[in-house]
Amino acid sequence: MADLESKSIPIIEVRDIVKIYDSGGSPLRALDGVTFRIERGEFVAVMGPSGSGKSTMMNTLGCLDSPTEGSYFLDGRDVSKLSGDDLSEVRNKKLGFVFQGFNLLPRATALDNVALPLVYAGVSGGERKRIAKEALERVGLASRLTHRPNQMSGGQQQRVAIARALVCKAPLILADEPTGNLDTQTSIDIMNLLTELSKEGKTIVLVTHEPDIAKYAKRVLRFKDGKLTADERKEQDRGE
Amino acid sequence: MSEVFETLRTAVSSLLSNKARSLLTMLGVIIGVGAVIAMVAIGRGAAIQMEGLISGMGSNMVILLSGAGRSGGVRQSGSSAPLLLSDAVAIKDECWSVGAVAPQVNVGAQLIYENRNWPSQVTGTTPDFFVIRAMTVITGRLLDDEDDKSAAKVCVIGQTVARELFGGSDAIGESIRLNRVPFEVVGVLSEKGQSSMGQDQDDTVIVPITTAQRRLTRSGIAGSVNMIQIQARDASMMNAVMSEVSGLMRQRHRLDVGQEDNFELRNMTQMLESLSQSTRVMSLLLGSVASISLLVGGIGIMNIMLVSVTERTREIGIRMAIGARAWNIRTQFLLEALLLSLAGGFIGILLGYAASYGVSSFLKWPTEVSPGAVALAAGFSAFVGVFFGFYPAWKASRLRPIDALRFE
Repeated sequence: MADLESKSIPIIEVRDIVKIYDSGGSPLRALDGVTFRIERGEFVAVMGPSGSGKSTMMNTLGCLDSPTEGSYFLDGRDVSKLSGDDLSEVRNKKLGFVFQGFNLLPRATALDNVALPLVYAGVSGGERKRIAKEALERVGLASRLTHRPNQMSGGQQQRVAIARALVCKAPLILADEPTGNLDTQTSIDIMNLLTELSKEGKTIVLVTHEPDIAKYAKRVLRFKDGKLTADERKEQDRGE
Repeated sequence: MSEVFETLRTAVSSLLSNKARSLLTMLGVIIGVGAVIAMVAIGRGAAIQMEGLISGMGSNMVILLSGAGRSGGVRQSGSSAPLLLSDAVAIKDECWSVGAVAPQVNVGAQLIYENRNWPSQVTGTTPDFFVIRAMTVITGRLLDDEDDKSAAKVCVIGQTVARELFGGSDAIGESIRLNRVPFEVVGVLSEKGQSSMGQDQDDTVIVPITTAQRRLTRSGIAGSVNMIQIQARDASMMNAVMSEVSGLMRQRHRLDVGQEDNFELRNMTQMLESLSQSTRVMSLLLGSVASISLLVGGIGIMNIMLVSVTERTREIGIRMAIGARAWNIRTQFLLEALLLSLAGGFIGILLGYAASYGVSSFLKWPTEVSPGAVALAAGFSAFVGVFFGFYPAWKASRLRPIDALRFE
């Protein structure tokens, strides 16, 4: 019953989202009435020139920032009005982040970095270690458990970050320019990994300005001047 | 629980990753706690010394001295009336509130036994003296009223004198010469040790006061004494002693109403109490000055924690992005501050002990580390950690994850 219900509810539904920054004189409408839905298991790329509002959109989807107006249903729950600690919990349980700059704790080992979300989820020490190890194995880093970020290549660091996004079994992975700091071959490896995860059922929302990277996605949302200007689905996927 | 443990682990590793800074930050608390403990130890040492002085002198003491007469606040040297042995007798007989009276004649003397010499202090006094000072002999006997009446040429000697003149051998029955007058040693006093003023209380010879007056002093006035020690029957009678003795002496010195006393009556207990009061004030003062340095140390911790929060803004952002609640962040920074101040407090306690030990062994000041001060210092350093750690921790927990993540 619950499973049926969860299939009918989109993982992301935003309605008339407006985000206004009033820092420095005239207020800036970073998002100006954005509405879209993303179903479970979709692989979506968000594109647009800088200043188009795509980063603001990502931060809103990531519950790092609250919209000024409008509502945001994440997994069926309106999170647009939640306060700090509730948002922390939502991020912990529902979201996995993959950033351009990896954003790993520099002094912690790969294993500790991956286990960190589990700390805040209240998972016990032994269990944390087991789950984190499993996640690192999943991204192909079984031999790098005790390495620190500065002892790893960029691609390896990004894999650690992806493993970290997986440990809490979050249904949604938000990737903000995940290949922005990586060379071409490594970028392909990372995108293949994300594609695999998508096939395993994770919903992936990817921000990028590179068309090559956006190709991996099955759907592209284009932003300009804070507005959603295009919602393109690939032909071959419609039939699936 | 595992969350708290993990936070603790994070705090420890964060402090260890920056050892020099952590140590420098702790230094304020180390010095503060060490100073509080050492200062209170010195203060307490002084207080205990005062207590020793009071109990060594005998309790409920009043001392009568032949103070010079005063006229209109001006000392008049000529009008001084001497204290006499008969005054002491009269005080004991007539003042009901008085328990014991010990007139004293003090003479410096060269002691000679066979070929050995020793300069010492000779006190001529009455048997009451032993009662007041709580003196006992280890061999022989004390002086008694009979010795007094007959002005016998007998003496009891302190441990130091016994050692210097007789070495290890028995002194009882031997004859020693005090300023060329031969005296028979009848007793050796039990050890009293150093007085709190650093005087050797065992370097003493005691003879009957009558003998001292006749044989050892060459003062002009027959029967005069240097001072009279008076002990009240009990502590509640101190004021009665003061007024009774004062009245009697005025009468004996034939002073008219309105004339100033030509003797001096000192309530020693009161004097010592006010002395120990000032000792207490001193140690309180030392303690509070030291506490200020503890406060400064706390501000140092706050300062470093604020720097640390700024430096680690990005880390805070990452933690928040993956699910840390404000509480987690706050606890982490609070724990770091607490660990810093507790570790500093612990090292400070060791330092305080070492400093107290150093002061007592090198400066020869008595010190006494008080467990209360240690507990207080430890508690205060924990308080400093929480109090001064709270603001930076609160500041860290108030960061918006989006801003913290963007921070370069």
